[in-house]
Amino acid sequence: MKEPLTIAMPKGRIFEEAAALLREAGFKLPPEFDDSRKLIIDVEEENFRFILAKPMDVPTYVEHGVADLGIAGKDVMLEEERDVYEVLDLKISQCYLAVAGLPNTKMNDVAPKIATKYPNVASTYFREQGEQVEIIKLNGSIELAPLIGLADRIVDIVSTGRTLVENGLVEYEQIVDITSRLIVNPVSYRMKDKRISELVEKIADVLKQKATV
Amino acid sequence: MSRLFMFEKPLGMRDTLPGLYETKHKVRHVIGDVMKKWGYQFIETPTLEYYETVGAASAILENQLFKLLDQQGHTLVLRPDMTSPIARVAASKMLKEITPLRLAYSANVYRAQQREGGRPAEFEQIGVECIGDHTISADGEGIALLISSLEESGLKNFQISVGHIGFVKEFFTDILGTEDRVNALTTYLYEKNYVGYREHVKQLPLSSIDKQRLLDFLSLRGGEEVIEAANALLENGKGRNALDNLKQLWETLTDYGQVGDRVKFDLSLVSHMSYYTGILFEVYADQVGFPIASGGRYDHLLSKFGKDTGATGFAIRLDRLIEALGTIEAREPVECILFSAERRKEAYELAFEKRSSGIKVVLQDINGVENLDASTELYEEVTMLVGKAGKESSL
Repeated sequence: MKEPLTIAMPKGRIFEEAAALLREAGFKLPPEFDDSRKLIIDVEEENFRFILAKPMDVPTYVEHGVADLGIAGKDVMLEEERDVYEVLDLKISQCYLAVAGLPNTKMNDVAPKIATKYPNVASTYFREQGEQVEIIKLNGSIELAPLIGLADRIVDIVSTGRTLVENGLVEYEQIVDITSRLIVNPVSYRMKDKRISELVEKIADVLKQKATV
Repeated sequence: MSRLFMFEKPLGMRDTLPGLYETKHKVRHVIGDVMKKWGYQFIETPTLEYYETVGAASAILENQLFKLLDQQGHTLVLRPDMTSPIARVAASKMLKEITPLRLAYSANVYRAQQREGGRPAEFEQIGVECIGDHTISADGEGIALLISSLEESGLKNFQISVGHIGFVKEFFTDILGTEDRVNALTTYLYEKNYVGYREHVKQLPLSSIDKQRLLDFLSLRGGEEVIEAANALLENGKGRNALDNLKQLWETLTDYGQVGDRVKFDLSLVSHMSYYTGILFEVYADQVGFPIASGGRYDHLLSKFGKDTGATGFAIRLDRLIEALGTIEAREPVECILFSAERRKEAYELAFEKRSSGIKVVLQDINGVENLDASTELYEEVTMLVGKAGKESSL
């Protein structure tokens, strides 16, 4: 019997690509995996338990050890700063964090405002630029903020840039490239060393093959 | 800030209620006994220390310190760890007389938590420091004692990862040259960011052989064979000393008969406690997502307090150990004697008798009880001494 492993998967955008990657690595995931509404899916054959979490929460589950591993975007890792091992760059869900706003505008000199889902990342970035800005935390539809005058700029992830274009926004600066990462709880990394290393190696092999194609 | 509820406590502070108190007490007692058997002497140090001395010497981040001012305007800190205060005591008082020193403590330490206010900001550590002994035998003793303590406490499944900060530094310096570059790469280890580490290595202006050496470094995890693997990565001998240390440590622990599956090497292990200089270790247990104990060698900390000598020690986090043990003590059996005024004297005498034979007895005036059923349910046995003499009844 293989030691049980709990893996936290991000719902939404990253999920499909992540599931595909696991299948490529030879893990037998059931077909109903993809459109299940369940939050916990057990794959008995592999002795895996998957939990489906909000992407922003994946590092939290892993840090607390209720999930041994997880798949999380680098954007979330930067924002959350959780104490977990970041062991593999899965090279999926590629995008980047950027500063955007209405075209041909300058930041307000008196009270520049930034709307974002990533307050930590945004405030660190502007502090490094030596700019004092007010950070406004939003939970979604960030593009709305400059359109209705809530903020001068937004900090958000950009993958194709279509959402920006459709809302008449332009990109001003790129902050950092983002891909999804395989993360591991520090205790599990030791206590379940064998099983986790095996899994990491299998995925790493797939990534290597992809890189050479 | 919103108005406080009257029952509120400062962020991260916790009450310990009877069940948990008993458990903590018992575990503390068991571990304390082991430490005493190994010849360690318990000491206490003040809760408050000067920020400029102990506060600065401790490796806890500035923003995690609780600070306050004394009447002279000095900044004080609530001690964030026990190692620095003990180093202070040892350097100033005790080391003049005898050396080496073996000291133990169980004490609360204070660290402000930035994230998620409920995390404990005050927690108990129980640990030892062996001061003035630079030998690997002392490092081995520390780890062996740690294993014994945890085993005695009833913990079954745990593992100790052992690293060597001296090895990391020498190995990195040998390849990278400057301190800045060594620190930059070490930061990735602190952050546990292996992806960042690999990317950083790839863009360094190094030969492909050296890059590979740095990448292979990350896989130096496992049993005794890791030392051989690490040896193969060395050129011109830098870092061999540290590996010899680890080899000796392994032999020491083997002689203790305590290696088994419990001890693993992990050479990429680094610690936020920046005072560590040599062998360092962390303990992990099933069911708890965070390390339950940690320790290591700190050979320069004592010199900050004016005494240049080596030392090693460890601290167990009592709250996490109890979480790992997974059981809260059931309430110890207590008996109750319910009495009315007429038979008070008789009740007191009976209680005295039972107590002197070691039974825990509650004496309760029946007029003070509102809900008789609810309050008798709390006790193992209830003796009623109510009404006229001669009618004793047990519920």
